[in-house]
Amino acid sequence: MKYAGRIVTPLTDKAVLSLRSGDKVLISGIIFTGRDAAHRRIADSIGGNRPLPFDLNGQVIYYVGPSPTPPGKTCGSAGPTTSGRMDPFTPLLLDLGLKGMIGKGTRSSEVIDSMVRNKAVYLGAVGGAAALISKSITRMETVAWPELGPEAVFRMRVEDFPVVVLIDAYGKNLYETGPRQYLRDPAGRPGEE
Amino acid sequence: MKVPREIDLSLVTEAVKGLLIKANISIGQDIYNALVHARDRVEESPVGKYVLDQIIRNHDIARSDQMPICQDTGMAVVFTDIGQEVVFRGGNLVQAINSGVEEAYREGFFRRSVVADPLFDRKNTGTNTPAVIHTRIVPGDRMTLLVTPKGFGSENMSALKMFTPAEGPEKVRDFIKETVAAAGPNPCPPTIVGVGIGGTVEAAAIMAKRATLYPIGRRNTDSRYAALEIESLAAVNDLGIGPGGLGGRVTCLDVHIDFAPGHIAGTPVVVNICCHASRHAEVTI
Ligand code: SF4
Repeated sequence: MKYAGRIVTPLTDKAVLSLRSGDKVLISGIIFTGRDAAHRRIADSIGGNRPLPFDLNGQVIYYVGPSPTPPGKTCGSAGPTTSGRMDPFTPLLLDLGLKGMIGKGTRSSEVIDSMVRNKAVYLGAVGGAAALISKSITRMETVAWPELGPEAVFRMRVEDFPVVVLIDAYGKNLYETGPRQYLRDPAGRPGEE
Repeated sequence: MKVPREIDLSLVTEAVKGLLIKANISIGQDIYNALVHARDRVEESPVGKYVLDQIIRNHDIARSDQMPICQDTGMAVVFTDIGQEVVFRGGNLVQAINSGVEEAYREGFFRRSVVADPLFDRKNTGTNTPAVIHTRIVPGDRMTLLVTPKGFGSENMSALKMFTPAEGPEKVRDFIKETVAAAGPNPCPPTIVGVGIGGTVEAAAIMAKRATLYPIGRRNTDSRYAALEIESLAAVNDLGIGPGGLGGRVTCLDVHIDFAPGHIAGTPVVVNICCHASRHAEVTI
């Protein structure tokens, strides 16, 4: 599998629309982390009209709770967590300009609809490839809620972070098209393409 | 009369700590080999090969940089078989095990993922303790410790079903397949599936967890169960979920089944899924 290209954050509409489900790309630039607890707090801040820890416009959120940083390293192991748990909050963030998400696992139809409406992309990092991914993180600092430990919001500078486009801004979903190609019915015949 | 063998509990703490550090950093050779075989010989999907390649490279990096394989360093599950002639000295066994967990997670820079209350405040204990401890008393004067840091992406996808006596092995195979199908990409495929059949609900669950830790390629000694393992593995791999759930042939590296005598009126079946980061280590002291 060849890399389809490189993308740089923050993401423009043009960059997002150029990505297609199944493309393998390398991301460089600034990304923000957030998982369950941070999403709840972001949603509460929006509801309560309080300022957000970072401007969502054009940004990419990585669903990750890294392991602690050992001495001499930039970051601990940092693979993706299951994205579906963030689904209830995601359309709200997309409406505020979030352009990309990095995680693993399927998304709800509400999220996919909102991605198409807002021109956003969902990217997959390989679950469990956490030590490898940590190599592409060149800087990391806490942005908000340090008391949440690994669930805090971190700002990461990444270089050539390897991802696959899972769901593109046209709503095409690799989790549906990929497995369908390799499905075999119980009699062992290949499934429909 | 046989003299009891004394084991100092500091030895248990050291053993648990060492095993957890090892397991979190370095994958077993059987799993590593199975991943390489899957990438080079079995997988047809280009994206599937790519995912397998990243997983294999991740294992190499984790080992050489002494980094955790996965950021979810799990909940520590400790299986301990204690010889009935063993006497412990120097404290309390449960505390000794938990001290080993706490030290491993601190010194290894592993993520602490345990909350004290599962339903209400969900406050992190900060130590990754308590461990889940399963104890068996066995003959002899030795003690075996088998530890596995269990990640929850895959644990969350596990399932229990009560079968009626009339339901046969095909029904069990279908249940295994349905459970893996419903899990889709979430448990980080390729997975290792452990199945516990018979006994009571909790007995089946413990069997299933233990079964996830058997070496790749190990078959049940009862040929009927061995056949069911092989059939279930084929059925699961027909799903096409593939590495990372992105489509491919290799959804699962192996299915291991264990069984126990059961009640005339019913059969619990537990399917416990473990991700490709199937981390475990064992020692006898
Ligand atoms: S399921 Fe396993 S490999 Fe995937 S994130 Fe969890 S612990 Fe890591």
